Amino acid sequence: MSEQVPVSVVIVDDHAMFRRGVRAELEATGAGVVAIKAEAADVDEAVAAIAAHHPDVVLLDVHLPGGGGAEVMRRMPWPDSRYLALSVSDAAEDVIGTIRGGARGYVTKTITGPELVQAIRRVAEGDAVFSPRLAGFVLDAFAGTIDVAAVDEDLDRLTEREREVMRLIARGYAYKEVAKELFISIKTVETHMSSVLRKLQLSSRHELTRWASDRRLL
Amino acid sequence: MSTAPTTEHPAVPRDVRRATRDAQEPIIGGVAAGLARHLAVPVLWVRAAFVLTALLGGLGVALYAGLWLVLPSDSRFETEAPGLESASRGGLRPGRMRRLGDMGPAIALAALAFGGVLVVEAVFGRGALFWPLFIGVIGIALLWRQADEAQRERWLDTTGRIDPVRVVLGNGGWAAYGRLAAGIGLVVTALVLFAFRGGSLSVARDVGVAAVLGVVGIAIVVGPWVYRLASDLTAERAERVRTQERADVAAHLHDSVLQTLALIQKNADDGPTVARLARSQERDLRSWLYSGESTDESSLASALRGATAAVEDAHGVSVDLVTVGDCDFDESLRAIVAATREAVTNAAKHAGAGRVDVYAEVSPSAVDVFVRDRGRGFDPEATPTDRYGVRHSIVDRMDRHGGSAEVRSTIGEGTEVRLHLPRQPRGARQEDVDE
Repeated sequence: MSEQVPVSVVIVDDHAMFRRGVRAELEATGAGVVAIKAEAADVDEAVAAIAAHHPDVVLLDVHLPGGGGAEVMRRMPWPDSRYLALSVSDAAEDVIGTIRGGARGYVTKTITGPELVQAIRRVAEGDAVFSPRLAGFVLDAFAGTIDVAAVDEDLDRLTEREREVMRLIARGYAYKEVAKELFISIKTVETHMSSVLRKLQLSSRHELTRWASDRRLL
Repeated sequence: MSTAPTTEHPAVPRDVRRATRDAQEPIIGGVAAGLARHLAVPVLWVRAAFVLTALLGGLGVALYAGLWLVLPSDSRFETEAPGLESASRGGLRPGRMRRLGDMGPAIALAALAFGGVLVVEAVFGRGALFWPLFIGVIGIALLWRQADEAQRERWLDTTGRIDPVRVVLGNGGWAAYGRLAAGIGLVVTALVLFAFRGGSLSVARDVGVAAVLGVVGIAIVVGPWVYRLASDLTAERAERVRTQERADVAAHLHDSVLQTLALIQKNADDGPTVARLARSQERDLRSWLYSGESTDESSLASALRGATAAVEDAHGVSVDLVTVGDCDFDESLRAIVAATREAVTNAAKHAGAGRVDVYAEVSPSAVDVFVRDRGRGFDPEATPTDRYGVRHSIVDRMDRHGGSAEVRSTIGEGTEVRLHLPRQPRGARQEDVDE
């Protein structure tokens, strides 16, 4: 297997102290698994660093000078890089917005070192990474509380199976445990996750972001 | 909806729902989207209605214009959590994105309208008046659009001053100049066309008409700016008051952070205490900055947040709470919150894991809560009496209130407590009465 080739990573965050912390943690717990190529503090630097190093995975802060993490993804400096969003903001619109911008996962900054390494590996392999909180947002967003003229039914709702998977993730289950609980293979769980991610990114429910602000009023 | 509950919440005034224009992703002026939201009908219907009525002698155009002029835009001073607001102002968050896909139906409708107009013209032949009018309307629409953009930028502006150039141009950029130039150009073209098409009956009358039209045109063009400037001034006054309030809150919050830092210094040798203090302060700050979430008993999610936060503080574990859906908090829900607190406390005390995951889902028919830890777990068949007792206090409590509780545990893998409480039909009845 090619597992020996470390995943190349670029860290993008405007807080130098946080970058240093993540770097130290990744170097300690992810030695041989991840290799940090560069750091960047704003959108322009990030675009330059990604274009120069062609990383497998970009750890991307949601709030970033120059237009936020979404702007980096929009400029797409290297098409093969995958993005993992990392943020202190738990605001639903930021989270959903970043995923819709192209990130393959979202984790909060309180994540532990080993978990982060694992999340990076998953994203590098093309899988989606859902934290319990993101799973909760997804369930809320697709809960059918939004009135939309359904344009594409298929993209606008989750299947019962996907809903079950999301629910278990929200309950704090690991992929392996989800698979065991639902009597399906881990591969199938990953397929469901990718499909939810796709729906989240492509759904024509552009009210998905508006939902976030409305929800507080309900 | 119409009658406010008088006994329970005497002081809560009902909000009047006002129609607004959609300023986030407008196609022309955002009138159709805003109206569709207000009337709860698909936006395509509204657009189609405007197009149809536009074909009936331009009524739709006039309606659209009128609504554009008077409906307030929905992006007033948005009140978000302060951290998010400051991130928006500082450009740390992405601005609105325009998805080309959204424009598809609008373009199709516009093409349809244009075709319809051509057909009408071919049949009835009133080209003499139509083209100047058509060009003029487009020009005015462009100028109004610029007024909208300038208004939006004014709201995002931090300086708080109103200077005349910015009032017209917003933050500038080729789009603003382009819209302005094209708009004025089209309006002038329309006027000129109109004057010439009238033929040379009497030059004096033509000039008179053109002059009058010019004045009217300018009034129409400048109208929105003047109107909005006036309403902005009022809004700015309100905003100033709010800013001051916010400054007070910020001061209060910084104060609490300072207190925590002082406590941490004092307890520097005591690892667990420092961690506990830091965690509780972090939670405080995070929720204030980014989610504006409460921890009181105003709603079920809020009550659960309060309960889990209390356990976090008391036992020094981190509790990750995810809620989906929410409902008003009432007596019948007190049992499930108490049972949740009990279960989380249990996990914190006995599991020996640093983290507890709590997931709560509120559906119209029931409330489900799952409390999960990855601690040492236990064998439910052979539990020591004290844990058995605690377990019973959860199970019995739920039973008494018409719900159920289930404890699943595997040694070495952790424990999950599942709480299920059917929503009381009484709540539903009350809602019916309120409607």
